[in-house]
Amino acid sequence: METKKTSLYQLHQDCNAKFVEFAGYQMPIQYSEGIVEEHKFTRNHSGIFDVSHMGQLFIYGGDDLIKDLEKIFPLDLKNLKLNHSKYSFLMDKDAGIQDDLIITKTSEGFLIILNAACKDNDFKILKELLKEKYKMILDEYRSLIAIQGPKSSIILNDVVEGIKDLNFMTGNWFLFENQKVFITRSGYTGEDGFEISIPNDFVDKLTRELINKGSKLIGLGARDTLRLEAGLCLYGHDLDKDKTPVEANLKWAISKERISKGDFIGSDIIIKQLNNGVSKIRVGIKPEGRIIAREKTKIFNQLDIHIGEITSGTFGPSVNGPVAMGYVENEFSKKNTKVFLEVRGKKHPASICSLPFYKKSYVKGAN
Amino acid sequence: MSDVKYSKEHEWIKLDGDVATIGITKHATEMLGDIVFAELPEKGSKVEKDGTAGVVESTKAASDVYTPVSGEVVDINQAIVDDPSKINEDPENTAWFFKLKIKDLSEMDTLMNKDDYDRFAKEASA
Repeated sequence: METKKTSLYQLHQDCNAKFVEFAGYQMPIQYSEGIVEEHKFTRNHSGIFDVSHMGQLFIYGGDDLIKDLEKIFPLDLKNLKLNHSKYSFLMDKDAGIQDDLIITKTSEGFLIILNAACKDNDFKILKELLKEKYKMILDEYRSLIAIQGPKSSIILNDVVEGIKDLNFMTGNWFLFENQKVFITRSGYTGEDGFEISIPNDFVDKLTRELINKGSKLIGLGARDTLRLEAGLCLYGHDLDKDKTPVEANLKWAISKERISKGDFIGSDIIIKQLNNGVSKIRVGIKPEGRIIAREKTKIFNQLDIHIGEITSGTFGPSVNGPVAMGYVENEFSKKNTKVFLEVRGKKHPASICSLPFYKKSYVKGAN
Repeated sequence: MSDVKYSKEHEWIKLDGDVATIGITKHATEMLGDIVFAELPEKGSKVEKDGTAGVVESTKAASDVYTPVSGEVVDINQAIVDDPSKINEDPENTAWFFKLKIKDLSEMDTLMNKDDYDRFAKEASA
């Protein structure tokens, strides 16, 4: 299969991007300044991420759609306010995570942002589950960019007036060059920021304007270090079909109201796990010293017994040290538990820690 | 710099008597990106030509560092372990990795000179 290019491909080239193939797309892993500088620039100023490879699924419908989606997602969608967003997951009947996503209630229905590698399968699953009752568009004519970091609100507001009044995890339609753009105050870096859904033909112009105002393009490399420092999961690594939201320590994202009724896909397992506990659970892991423990690194307890595995691990430029997350047997998941990580045949000390590694408060409306 | 030789694994080696100073090339650091971790062989240990003698990690991945010649490790550069970003800053000078007392000087003959290495690196990254 030929790799696809996003509408920002030319701009990435103009900015000396190094490309990698990611989920079937040619995506920039970094630009000339490199991952560490790009990471720090996002934390201190403002970075732009091309996330056009992600799926933008628009589903059109009213009260019936809400009822049908509540059979799928563990969310209280009925009481979700217009233009408000929630983090959620698409689960199978065993509560295995097929994808994690952001769903926003719009005036016409819902907008769901899906992972690039999962979007086509998600679309198929949702189409079957909704029995083709609703108009569903996995929109290939729109691009998606994120602008993240403390200066992003000022920079974006200069280009699209009014966005500064958005609360965290809410969105709305705005105009850019007379085009309808949907902007949410959200992101995946642990910084204040926005995600902008815009027609393909206008994304290059918008991005160049944001760059002219002082923001910079940031590659997937820094996106990974930023999200890991922020304690956020990456699908295919920290989350997959063999893990449930309870095991992934994401039970905060499951509506209590919906658990009491228990009528969504996977709810039997979720309720069982919430009542009885789980055998493995996702935790933060801080290696001592500078050793980096990457994905698939084995975790041992103090008696040298294998108790889990790292699912994401790298060097955190803002933490200025190694950071990781992974799954361990529940009894070893308490904060400050000493563990050992096997890297290149040697066991290195580390401890279980709370997430995130790096915390900055989101803007008003954050909860 | 004419006495500096290069390996296909992108190490440079500079000879002074029978002691060789070894590091990784600027080209290697450009391919690796930001280096955030370095591990060096132990002082006094013996290393074999083309064997692993250390590790560097960038934000992206880990890469082995090989020794282009055999010998005994007589010194290591602790400064790059303490601050691996020095490797990106000055790879072919102050950010050397380790020094070896060379076992067999003829092993030097198998390595490339600067022109050959530059050509090799250009082709390898093309």
